[in-house]
Amino acid sequence: MKNEYYNSEDLKKFTNITDWNKELGDKFFNYYESVFAEGKLSSREKSLIALAVSHVVQCPYCIDAYTKDGLEKGVEKEEMMEAVHVGAAIKSGAVLVHGVQMMNRYNKLSM
Amino acid sequence: MNKSRTMNVSKQLDILNNGIFSNGKLPLFKEKLKEVNIPDIKKVQLKILQLNIGYMCNQTCSHCHVDAGPNRKEMMSLKVLNRCLSLMIENKIETVDITGGAPEMHPNFKWFVKRIREKTKVDEIIVRSNLTIILANKKFFDLPNFFADNRIHIISSLPFYNREKTDNQRGKGVFDKSILALKELNKVGYGKANSNLKLDLVYNPSGAFLPPDQESLETKFKEKLYNDFKIEFNNLFTITNLPISRFLDYLIASDNYEEYMETLVSRFNPNATKELMCKNTISISWEGYIYDCDFNQMLDLKINSKNNTVFNCKIEGLVDKKIEISQHCYGCTAGAGSSCQGTIA
Repeated sequence: MKNEYYNSEDLKKFTNITDWNKELGDKFFNYYESVFAEGKLSSREKSLIALAVSHVVQCPYCIDAYTKDGLEKGVEKEEMMEAVHVGAAIKSGAVLVHGVQMMNRYNKLSM
Repeated sequence: MNKSRTMNVSKQLDILNNGIFSNGKLPLFKEKLKEVNIPDIKKVQLKILQLNIGYMCNQTCSHCHVDAGPNRKEMMSLKVLNRCLSLMIENKIETVDITGGAPEMHPNFKWFVKRIREKTKVDEIIVRSNLTIILANKKFFDLPNFFADNRIHIISSLPFYNREKTDNQRGKGVFDKSILALKELNKVGYGKANSNLKLDLVYNPSGAFLPPDQESLETKFKEKLYNDFKIEFNNLFTITNLPISRFLDYLIASDNYEEYMETLVSRFNPNATKELMCKNTISISWEGYIYDCDFNQMLDLKINSKNNTVFNCKIEGLVDKKIEISQHCYGCTAGAGSSCQGTIA
């Protein structure tokens, strides 16, 4: 069955969200543009952070967008994969650190 | 036999003029100019004479817009070369930009360069060297000294500072040979800080995306090439791949054509139209036909004049002539813009 939930063509329609709420949509896109501008972090560094987060939040649109953005910023594939591993490490770390909670609970309930 | 394996020119123009550009999905380049109130792009005073002296090359690069290679036999005749020399004498030309193919493979290459120096007042002679030609055969080993003796400005493609990306685009072993050739050029003084022998490198994306910021990539190239190989050069030019010839074949075969054209159109930068190289350059083919740029030459879009050869064209009469455009022109106006001398906006 064709997956109707994610369609790569929809990424191009992202700005259409302003059609149904211009004020909030415009605020979001202005904010987004400011976030990714050169700052204390370079736009290249921000692109790599965005790529890692894209994987963590498992957003296919964002992965497409920030892989291409990385290429246009001269990011090498090895750097991209390292960034993905940073995301994976944080995500798996977040699972595993809850193991302490499980251990606490286990110990509290056990004799 | 002249072996071109890329699709023919009329097929390329058909793709560029129809499909997404005729079904309302994307605007034609002329419509885009109108949309942002930019009048027709016209010729200004000529500064650069770009000569494509032949399609023969020792490499077969996957992005090559000339579709050059070892089997291409097209070559500028002595008659056309001599007429080009006359044009340089009769007109005020600041720069002659010699390209190909590998221009050094033309049997009259050295004679021609020496003649330009002896007979004309041309200030700058650019040779677009693919680097590996210097090591291809012992008859080319003296090229670095020849370039230096004739104050040639060398501009060479090096798609990336690592082996993998360079070899993927330009062929196996090209990176290592290019590094050796760059060392030979450094040895005779090219690219050194205290030298007037200029060596510039050209980056073009190894796929369907726009080039990175020219300045920051130049810093990275300089750092990597010096740290890894002690190589020095002057400037890095980032150039956008134009959707013609072999690169158009790639875009279609890899199903990237529509997305790439959408990217070029969505990144259209009106400021880039101010410094387009086609305004102050003419590109001359091996047969002596005149075009507004090398890309138009490959699409056989000759200048907007009945007198369109080196034998009947009055150079000064080209000022204010409308430049021939098509949808490939979006490649020179996307993002920071693109020209044979890098970004333009």
